[in-house]
Amino acid sequence: MQNTQTGVKTPPRTTAGPTELDAASDVKDAVTVAHTATVSRDVRETVGEIRVADPRIRCDNVSVYYGEKRAINDISLDIEKNAVIALIGPSGCGKSTFLRCLNRMNDTIDGCRVTGDIVLDEININSPKIDVVPLRAQVGMVFQKPNPFPKSIWENIAFGPRIHGLAQDKEELDEIVVSSLKRAGLWSEVNDRLDQPGTGLSGGQQQRLCIARTIAVGPEVILMDEPCSALDPIATARIEDLIDELREQYTICIVTHSMQQAARVSQRTAYFHLGDLIEVGDTDQIFTNPRHELTEDYITGRFG
Amino acid sequence: MSKQTAPAPARPRPMDIVQAGMKRRYAEERRFRFYGKLAIGAGLLFLTLLFTSIVANGYSAFVQSFIQLEVYLDAEKLDPQGTRDPAQLGTADYGGLVKQSLRSAFPEVSDRRDKRALYGLVSSGADFQLRSMVLEDPDIIGTRQTLWVPADDDVDMFLKGHIDRSIPEADRRIKDNQISWLDQLAAEGRIEKRFNTTFFTAGDSRDPELAGIRGAVMGSLLTLMVTLVLSFPIGVAAAVYLEEFAPRNRWTDLIEVNINNLAAVPSIVFGLLGLAVFINFFGIPRSAPLVGGLVLTLMTLPTIIIASRAALKSVPPSIREAALGVGASPMQTIMYHVLPLAMPGMLTGTIIGMAQALGESAPLLMIGMVAFIVDVPSSVFDPATVLPVQIFLWADSPERAFVERTSAAIMVLLAFLVVMNALAVVLRKRFERRW
Repeated sequence: MQNTQTGVKTPPRTTAGPTELDAASDVKDAVTVAHTATVSRDVRETVGEIRVADPRIRCDNVSVYYGEKRAINDISLDIEKNAVIALIGPSGCGKSTFLRCLNRMNDTIDGCRVTGDIVLDEININSPKIDVVPLRAQVGMVFQKPNPFPKSIWENIAFGPRIHGLAQDKEELDEIVVSSLKRAGLWSEVNDRLDQPGTGLSGGQQQRLCIARTIAVGPEVILMDEPCSALDPIATARIEDLIDELREQYTICIVTHSMQQAARVSQRTAYFHLGDLIEVGDTDQIFTNPRHELTEDYITGRFG
Repeated sequence: MSKQTAPAPARPRPMDIVQAGMKRRYAEERRFRFYGKLAIGAGLLFLTLLFTSIVANGYSAFVQSFIQLEVYLDAEKLDPQGTRDPAQLGTADYGGLVKQSLRSAFPEVSDRRDKRALYGLVSSGADFQLRSMVLEDPDIIGTRQTLWVPADDDVDMFLKGHIDRSIPEADRRIKDNQISWLDQLAAEGRIEKRFNTTFFTAGDSRDPELAGIRGAVMGSLLTLMVTLVLSFPIGVAAAVYLEEFAPRNRWTDLIEVNINNLAAVPSIVFGLLGLAVFINFFGIPRSAPLVGGLVLTLMTLPTIIIASRAALKSVPPSIREAALGVGASPMQTIMYHVLPLAMPGMLTGTIIGMAQALGESAPLLMIGMVAFIVDVPSSVFDPATVLPVQIFLWADSPERAFVERTSAAIMVLLAFLVVMNALAVVLRKRFERRW
């Protein structure tokens, strides 16, 4: 835990205290970082700028209830266009629940109720009138555990474009399959076995296959729910590189338990705690100069 | 306090206690395993007994004794006018020709009662065999033909050794003079045992040597077809709706409980329901495979629904999420991904349900499929019976020859069941996926 920040790209040290990096890499000195946070642990309001100039999705007072239990409370947050936002926080803090609001995957859970506005292209996608099928084509999702269909690699990718009618004929479909695999960085590894089952690939390849499957539909936003938690460090590195490349075309929202990962891939970071959005800010600022004590506790490894 | 300060008594080491108990524990374990082996052994023993008794009783039904007759097809008797009119040929007295042929084989028989005993050697089916021969080729009229006709069932039993010649004549179905005639025929090589094709090609009959299972097999097939066509789609649709679409509330709970309860309802109750609803209310013809299939559908549905729901439950939710995540509608998710993965389990459940239905007799008794039906049914509206009911009917018949036919029919039924269950196992092994 003392290594929480070893993966951070060299942060700009403009506003931050003198020795965050060195300090955070040592448990004993973690206490010294605490002094940079000024907002008390008792404050539950969001610290930091929740709005951005160019949002792709704007969330207003989003709350989620599982039956009577409230899982997340009045979260307002902008998802910036063509950027990666990382949602971090301890288990059960509601980050995955929030992510699943963005393409209405929570609809599939019995007794789950979402309130508030989630605006995409000036349309409130949380309205019951919204058809979730085109929404999920627009906002794709990659899941925690690689979940390729137990079919061939080709079928895995062709399924989405086919059901949406994105290709006129087999040739076009082939093109989509190939370009999606290329963009997911999987083409060179599987181009000679597209007819083999997707479940026969390694874990990292499966996850990239799932990413290829998601981008084959041509989404504008990609949600990733801990996409690397089941992968080894090498496969993780490949996925992270991929996320960095995809950022140019897509808006990406990633939930992760690994703070190094959040620091490596994201431009903005949102810290969740017990259903509240505690702090939002530029990734560099969150990891070097957290303003809320809870955020600081988490990134310095004091809990979570 | 004083107890705490007092020196503790020397307690044995835990390891010593454990060691001391080991012998007893192992003995218990050995006993437990032995009981298991005993149970399996007993099961296997009874199964072997069952199979040996059925096969020992039934294998002889697959052969049938035939007697060679030389028949003079007298034109005077068959076709006095020489018109070769099939209508007239059909009604001629073939029985007389068979009797004449027997008389000429044993010219010494003159007594009326002896003659009747002599005629009793061959089956009454000989007349029909002769008739169909003539109708097929009327040109043989006026010639002398040699043909093999089935022996009467008692003669067949005697020839197969089921009737002992050492018991007193009065207690014997085959009399002494018949035995001497048969011995003579055998010596002349005019008695043969042949494969009993009649058993597979004929419908039921009062004469065991003419009775076959074709009618019952066809009845079973037609009934099962109706059952399959109705219960598989209905069962799968119900399971998919309940598992994938239905909200969890009091109503669906109630439905679920009722489906589970229906699986335990005695099958004869379904027969009564079928009688009341399908026959009396809807007026579907009784004894027909259609109504049998409907009743068996009611009986099989709970099995199929429960098995299909289990199969759907075993499809990991990640597959559903994956499909929904790329924007598939719920129906596309189910059709392209969930159903194909659940299908082996569903088919296994269906086959097991079908095997149950194939072996069911009680509900069919209630809807008249227990009638004595000679004709082989050709459609689901024809009166028919099914294999288990045929077995029940034959087991009830007094003739000795039906004993072996009962066992033979059981063998056929068991063969069907074994094949169906094997199919279910193969399907499961072949297509079952693990995650």
